Amino acid sequence: MATKELDPAKKLDIEDIMKDLASYHPPRKGWTWREVPAEGVRMGPFLYRNMSKPLKRSIGLPASKYFDHIDPQPSCVVTTEIASGRFEDDIRRMRMAAWHGADHLMVIRTTGQSHIDGLMEGTPEGTGGVPITRKQIRASRKACDMIEEEVGRPINFHSYVSGVAGPEVAVLFAEEGINGAHQDPQYNVLYRNVNMYRSFVDAAEAKRVMSGARIFQIDGAHNANATAKAGWLVMPELMVQHGINCAFSVAAGMDKSLIGLSTVPPDAPPAPKLWYDLPYAIALREFFSDFKMRAQQNTRYIEADIEEAVRTHTIDTLISMLTSADIQSTITPDEGRNVPWHYNNIRGVQTVKQTWAALDGIKDLVSLNMAGPLGEMVRDLKERAVAFLEELLEVGGYFAAVEKGFFVDSAKYPERNGDGIARDGKGGVGVDTIVARDPDYYAPVCDHFGDNNVPAGLSRPCDPIGGCTLCEPGKIVYIDELDPEDNADKRLERTLPYRSGDLLRPEAEWAGDGTVLLQFMVPDSEDFAREAGLEMARKMGLKDPEVVNLQVMHPAEGCFVEVKGKVAFDIKKSELKIPPKEVMLDEEEIRSAVKTLGMKVVAATVGEDEHSVGLREILDIKHGGIEKYGVKYSYLGTSVPVGKLVDAAIEIGAHAILISTIISHSDVHRQNMRKLAELCKEKGVRDKIVLVAGGTQVNRDMAAETGLDATFGRGTKGIHVVDAIVKTLKSRGVV
Amino acid sequence: MSDDRIARFETRQAELKKMSDEELKNRFWKLCNQMVEPIVGLAKTHTSPSIERSVLLRMGIDSVSTHAVVTRVLEAGLLGKGAGNVVLRLSRKTGKDIRGAAQAIIDDKTVLHGLF
Repeated sequence: MATKELDPAKKLDIEDIMKDLASYHPPRKGWTWREVPAEGVRMGPFLYRNMSKPLKRSIGLPASKYFDHIDPQPSCVVTTEIASGRFEDDIRRMRMAAWHGADHLMVIRTTGQSHIDGLMEGTPEGTGGVPITRKQIRASRKACDMIEEEVGRPINFHSYVSGVAGPEVAVLFAEEGINGAHQDPQYNVLYRNVNMYRSFVDAAEAKRVMSGARIFQIDGAHNANATAKAGWLVMPELMVQHGINCAFSVAAGMDKSLIGLSTVPPDAPPAPKLWYDLPYAIALREFFSDFKMRAQQNTRYIEADIEEAVRTHTIDTLISMLTSADIQSTITPDEGRNVPWHYNNIRGVQTVKQTWAALDGIKDLVSLNMAGPLGEMVRDLKERAVAFLEELLEVGGYFAAVEKGFFVDSAKYPERNGDGIARDGKGGVGVDTIVARDPDYYAPVCDHFGDNNVPAGLSRPCDPIGGCTLCEPGKIVYIDELDPEDNADKRLERTLPYRSGDLLRPEAEWAGDGTVLLQFMVPDSEDFAREAGLEMARKMGLKDPEVVNLQVMHPAEGCFVEVKGKVAFDIKKSELKIPPKEVMLDEEEIRSAVKTLGMKVVAATVGEDEHSVGLREILDIKHGGIEKYGVKYSYLGTSVPVGKLVDAAIEIGAHAILISTIISHSDVHRQNMRKLAELCKEKGVRDKIVLVAGGTQVNRDMAAETGLDATFGRGTKGIHVVDAIVKTLKSRGVV
Repeated sequence: MSDDRIARFETRQAELKKMSDEELKNRFWKLCNQMVEPIVGLAKTHTSPSIERSVLLRMGIDSVSTHAVVTRVLEAGLLGKGAGNVVLRLSRKTGKDIRGAAQAIIDDKTVLHGLF
């Protein structure tokens, strides 16, 4: 099915996406890796050694403006997790994330969905995630299909095949073109208290269905890091958990290339992270060399501080680069303090992009010293993992070991703290629900696991029913909504003015949510800072203020405080005055005018001001200054009196005077600018000479109030200045 | 934690230390496969309500109906035949299409009598 082309200047039309979903089928199924040219990727002045094909449209790191706006894309797939509870708002965030380089969009399920015995339908609002339903997937996949065309790279859409409806969810995912999914029966048993037998029996079927649709699988072992008190000690067990899921998945028919290990560097500073996380990463990659690595970032020790999270995640990414990562997952750095906000997904992606670019090709430059303690630690972990397996078998195998609480014990094997998660085979959700297949058991469908009496001579097991939904998508039954009130259409009606109407409000998660974050320092102790922070936010008009982060700068001197809250007002777009954009003259026209006139200018930093760098950049050919366009300049230096500059201009017959004025104390910059205009008037040359000023505290609006022809602030280039001079001279009829 | 366990670990570790990296890796996978073998056997020979609903979904039956049908089939003690098998057999017996047969089971559980 052809998708509509998106216009980068327009917002996603959610109402349009929601149309005709009953007949929407994904144009593509299965997982996609990035295209990584073996010869490297040349971008701007650089050759990258470990990057994928660039995007058609994207937004680079902030510093990319200094490097021809290049946006190198890591060789690995980059994940971001998006699930605010309202998928119709999430899909706008997916588009933003894709523009920054995410191509694996993971949707977390609403709280409690794993205990729902069956599929959910419609589009009810979720908590801490999204209710995963056919309609939600279809609308999101449709949006992703458009977004991937816009950015020029396939997007892998991902969710979870866990809980007590695993096989049904897997079928839903296979039918609807989900590209990746978590599936790990151990996760159900340990963290969701699903009955162990039910979990594994269901998992085999789910895995077979997933493999039929080429859905990439991620396991759930990393949850032990997030759960165990000392995450860095459970590493031998983690290798065992990965091993069990991998072996079970292969037995269920999965291709090893579609099986990924979800692995987290388990430690975080101030711990000496590398001494634990690096040997573990290497041991894992040695044992699991046939499988893929989905490198996750640490969440266990990350709480409220965004910058701390970003720093830890940078080191996590370094570990990926020193070892390997097929998928680099990102953690939204605000995950520890709220359901992630739009722009923090982007920050997470940027952390990976920035680290990956900086350390591109690191393995060509440095190598790991395996001869020292690193090699010993790697070997030790592997031996402990094998010993763990031996003991598991000795006590009676997997189920017996789970009953004895072998897993998620926070001591380093073979030590035991006795705090592992023990589950009873005769308990848990879905206990006593598995049924032995009779000798004449039969399931007339494709991608079915286990004993099945398919009649002989069929080309497909589903021939007796004329094809199953996996072969004939037209047979899929689409249910629209089950709840007339709790659905996306109702929510979209309410948010329409904020999405396509005249109203604007700040937004963190949902259209029109009005959520803002304040950051400030309160010069007092923690107790006072917290309460004062809330009161300050209230006085600023924020509703429901909440301190989301507080860092002590000094026990008595002060605290950095972050307060979130909501604004209740709307801004009307129609009432905003948008300053018109300066339309630049054609560069050839500028060069030709400069040449015709033989343009000369005098320039200096005026007043008692020794700053010279900014003005030199405007002047010098080396920095793309006005000299590049043929302008001859006479630079008089710094701390030059305005009068001297005017005299020099008259003497050489300059077309323009350029002053730089950085110091703005007591408005001295404005005074200098006014003085320049007045002196030129007094000397009778105001109409002959173009007057231009620039500086860090100067902006374009100051020309009118100070009587100059053009004024410039930060980020100005030589071309802007010449453009202004030529335009002024044109308006005077000189050229 | 018993000293006995730690002692056994030390014995194991001493044996493992004699292995090359390759041998150790092979042992890891041999044990993993050994561990999952009985579980795979359990999965091959058993089914569950969710598996059977997933079969019905693939047969083109909507999610709400799959629930009702599997509940009826389970109550009738026929889940071990496969819910899809039950629906297909009823469809053949009555001449109804697959969805029609599923609906018939929801409407009247007695249609399952004597089907097997």
